[in-house]
Amino acid sequence: MFDAILLQFLNGLDKGGAYALIALGLTLVFGTLGVVNFAHGALFMLGAFCAVAFRQILTLETVTIDPTQLNPWGQPLEIRTPLVQGWFGDFGAVLVDWSVPVSILLAIPVMALLGIAFERGLIKHFYKRPHAEQILVTFGLAIVLQEIVKSVFGANPIPQPMPAALQGAADIGALIGLTPGVITYPLWRLVYFLFSLGIIGGVFAFLRFTTFGMVVRAGMADRETVGLLGINISRRFTFMFGLASVVAGLAGVMYTPLLPPNYHLGMDFLVLSFVVVVVGGMGSLPGAVAAGFLLGILQSFASMTEVKAIVPGIDQIIIYLVAVVILLVRPRGLLGRRGVMEA
Amino acid sequence: MGNLVSKLSLSRRDLLLLLAFGAAVLLMPLWLSPFGAAYPDLLQKFVIYAIFAVGFNLLFGLTGYLSFGHAAFLGAGSYAAVWSFKLLSMDALPALIFAVAISGIFALVIGYLSLRRSGIYFSILTLAFAQMSYNLAYSVLTPITNGETGLQLALDDPRVLDRALGPQPEGLPVPHLLGLELTGYTGFFFCALVLILAFYITVKIFSSPFGLMLRAIKSNQNRMGYMGFDTKPYALTVFVISGMFAGLAGALLAITDPLAGAERMQWTASGEVVLMTILGGVGTLVGPALGAVVIKYFENIFSAFNDQILSNAFAFVPEGLRETVVAIVGKFVGEGWHLTLGLIFVLVVVFLPGGIMEGIRRIMSLFRRAQRPAKGAPARIQPAE
Amino acid sequence: MSHTKVFGRRSVLRGGLAGILATSTMPLFFTRGAYAQEFCNAPTGDTVTFGFNLPLTGAYAEEGADEQKAYELAVKHLNGEGDGGLINTLKPTVLKGNGLLGKKVVFVTGDTATKADQARASATRMIERDGAIMITGGSSSSEAIAVQGLCQEMGVIFMAGLTHSNDTTGKDKKRYGFRHFFNAYMSGIALGPELAKAYGKDRRAYHLTADYTWGWTQEESMRQATEALGWQTAQAVKTPLGAGDFSQYLTPVLNSGADVLILNHYGNDMVNSLTQAVQFGMRDKQVNGKQFEIVVPLFSELMAKGAGPAIKGIFGTSNWHWALPDEGSKAFTKSFGAEYGSPPSQAAHTAYVQAILYADAVERAGTFYPPAVIKALEDFEFDGAGNGPTLYRGADHQCFKNVLVVRGNESPTSQYDVLNVVREVPREEVTYDPAIFGGDLGPAEPVPLCA
Repeated sequence: MFDAILLQFLNGLDKGGAYALIALGLTLVFGTLGVVNFAHGALFMLGAFCAVAFRQILTLETVTIDPTQLNPWGQPLEIRTPLVQGWFGDFGAVLVDWSVPVSILLAIPVMALLGIAFERGLIKHFYKRPHAEQILVTFGLAIVLQEIVKSVFGANPIPQPMPAALQGAADIGALIGLTPGVITYPLWRLVYFLFSLGIIGGVFAFLRFTTFGMVVRAGMADRETVGLLGINISRRFTFMFGLASVVAGLAGVMYTPLLPPNYHLGMDFLVLSFVVVVVGGMGSLPGAVAAGFLLGILQSFASMTEVKAIVPGIDQIIIYLVAVVILLVRPRGLLGRRGVMEA
Repeated sequence: MGNLVSKLSLSRRDLLLLLAFGAAVLLMPLWLSPFGAAYPDLLQKFVIYAIFAVGFNLLFGLTGYLSFGHAAFLGAGSYAAVWSFKLLSMDALPALIFAVAISGIFALVIGYLSLRRSGIYFSILTLAFAQMSYNLAYSVLTPITNGETGLQLALDDPRVLDRALGPQPEGLPVPHLLGLELTGYTGFFFCALVLILAFYITVKIFSSPFGLMLRAIKSNQNRMGYMGFDTKPYALTVFVISGMFAGLAGALLAITDPLAGAERMQWTASGEVVLMTILGGVGTLVGPALGAVVIKYFENIFSAFNDQILSNAFAFVPEGLRETVVAIVGKFVGEGWHLTLGLIFVLVVVFLPGGIMEGIRRIMSLFRRAQRPAKGAPARIQPAE
Repeated sequence: MSHTKVFGRRSVLRGGLAGILATSTMPLFFTRGAYAQEFCNAPTGDTVTFGFNLPLTGAYAEEGADEQKAYELAVKHLNGEGDGGLINTLKPTVLKGNGLLGKKVVFVTGDTATKADQARASATRMIERDGAIMITGGSSSSEAIAVQGLCQEMGVIFMAGLTHSNDTTGKDKKRYGFRHFFNAYMSGIALGPELAKAYGKDRRAYHLTADYTWGWTQEESMRQATEALGWQTAQAVKTPLGAGDFSQYLTPVLNSGADVLILNHYGNDMVNSLTQAVQFGMRDKQVNGKQFEIVVPLFSELMAKGAGPAIKGIFGTSNWHWALPDEGSKAFTKSFGAEYGSPPSQAAHTAYVQAILYADAVERAGTFYPPAVIKALEDFEFDGAGNGPTLYRGADHQCFKNVLVVRGNESPTSQYDVLNVVREVPREEVTYDPAIFGGDLGPAEPVPLCA
């Protein structure tokens, strides 16, 4: 029983890592810019498709037709050779194998540019508009983005293999001195968990230890005063939107080996990420992270057969149930500041 | 005429609007025919979703509360209606009454809890409740909802009332109204009459003191509080009415096609009615209905355009160029119709916050600017903060 | 917008309040009236329209795209274009590749989005607006059951595409609905003995089941079949359709004491749950001193392609496979491959065969009148369409033919060579008594008149 609980806890941490990362980006935007961004899920999805695009470029093939051989339906056999392998030999093969982590290098500039473009082109004009209109325009943007992805990449999920070295499971139990083989967990999921901790730590350190971050935090607390001090807050806010979109994008890139991305991925995560943010407290970064892990762990435990035997269907609604209870009992969320978006 | 005005107790202006609206709805089979949309199933969808959107607008348009979970009431109405068919009778009246009552109770519970918060918190609460309903309908409530397959009629349903009244014909029965089978055009006209009735109620609410009170909630709830008004009961009342409209629409969906599926409750379905309302013009009387027609038209007609149809449409373009044109246009119609919808939606929110109705008003005012300045500011979406 | 439908009795009366009265009494005129064979969408011009209702988006979009290719090919062959495909090998047949009863076959398509509601709406559009004489397609059982019910009400024949639930021709069977594909029950009977042979009779199975009609019947059939072998069932857990990340359902499997995981998932769900299960190291595990195994009762080449290396060595069943050696399969694979450059999937095969069988029944009946076509299809015995001699049983409109037990190929030579056929289970073994699933076909006559 102990090992079952420990496994479920691990699973919760791994799920929570994804939730926390998505919620972090959403909260960055909401906390600094005051914008309710319904396109945030779409940014996550775009990040995932950076990985897809990167791999598709890497695996471009030359096709030569061999007329001497026939395939089973009587056509000449096609022989395909990946270009990268042709150019770089073994290094090309390694590159293809590690395409998902390597595509982070592509995703960072792409997501930053996209984020900045959206902020300058569209979101900027909605700072002063009511939240309802922000929701609507970003919702529209999300639809447009996912439909563009659909028309480029098709409607079907595109599997992204993880590097061969990280396939399979790690024997966690043996590491902490239990019988080997009792607690095993997929390596990539552990990588994802550590990755999310790294990103979260990086964002927090950035906000805490740099002057830039200090100004942004000041802006989050009192935008007007900071503006009166003669600091150009609007450029910094553009940067923050870019940062949030990079965080969302990277969360998406690393998620692809766990779930083959399709164009609808963002919408599937959108509702969830809002629930996480609300539970954590609108505008609170630590709150978003804590709520992400909390909800991940709760969801994982709610899926245990023993729990479902007591409350049927709890695994389906636990996240929403927690959100409803928190909103009704403690509308500020877990760690939200008083007065943010409160009625 | 004067007699009618007093009987319906409408202002002359509202009465004219009601008559024009009714005529436009009933004549849909004629004026939609050139657009390839005049077949019963789609016409039914037009009017049913118009009811849904008009009801949603009562809440969002008047009070500014943005519900992202309204589809739950539509779904509840559908399930209730199909159960009424299965247990009681294939007659539409008990199904309608049952559905409206169930969705009303459902809305009362959700509304009571959700209205304790406002702004985005209200939106998230309604969203969470709707998602819970959807997920439960999909899984553990399967005995009631038949899960993903959807609730359907069966040959051996009890149908107590019908069987008490005499032997049943062979095969699956069809929903009817006092013996009149509600399929095809009959079904459409029935739904259309319900829509006109719903529209009449809406017009009444808009012009009543109650409607005025709701608009006051939208413009400044705090001030209302300081003046000693408790706004909650008003907001809750309109929430329930709005939920009942949704239930009514859900029941009509079940009446014209006796099947209820859980996906009707999904949050994207709630998002769709938001799109309809905004696109048509939030806070206006006719706008939401117009938005519903436009979106359903896109969904059913635009989505069915394939390359073959496009090639015919662009037959005048020279051969080599035609394929390119078809390929580009093909991205926006057929399977890509969502893209067009999303683009239109973004453009509307950015440039035309009052939706199609504001567009119409602007065009109208161009014509009559000479006579008098346009009356009334365009509707703005405002949150209830 | 070129939707110029012939000015029929429907359009004359449309519009105006008068329509209410007129339409409601109309069925009376026409059923009792002048022409005995008045029925829904009776073809009047020189063409006849098929309606292809396909999941072009959603969970089963890949199957839908392949079905669409197959249907377009079938239409070509029916109209005498291309190499004729199965028409040359189907025995007996009266098809000559000159259209259908002298009319050219044309088609309309609709997107079901893999949702029952949407599938019904799009089928209704094709029947009401486009005048489809027959609806076919679909790649999920809930779609099939929903559309089948609609077609029964409208009096239009429905030739189901890929649907594997027992309910389609069991408790939800309909007189106007026909299924060529096999079902979960047959999968269980066919797969059981092979599993016992490979994995022994002392096993504990853990089921993860997609929470809808197909998943339930699949789980039930697999439990019956494996428990009859002496296996125990450790747990059976329902997972929501389209869950994406199944990890929270997979972790409890690890230490449950089960040594076999049976994934009653299909489409993307199966691709996700299988690859995630492999990531959890399940295939390298030893439990109870035995190698841990994963079984996927139903899979297709498209899913095998999606799951990649995870599918190697996994047991399952299929309706059909393009590498089958019989004449029909070879002919179909050849003409599909020549047209599209890839071998057909089992979804494509069942779709193609359904369209051809409907056409053949119409020719034999000599009319489009649905009850006559239904009679021609019921208890029709044929061969040469793949899977050997096949019977369209009249009692439940289910086809009976050989069922394939397949296994993921350990060393595929191409991206299409992902499955090996382990055994072709003869039709006699998988035939069952229609009474076990109940249901009622309902009447064929009087023919309902679509509005």
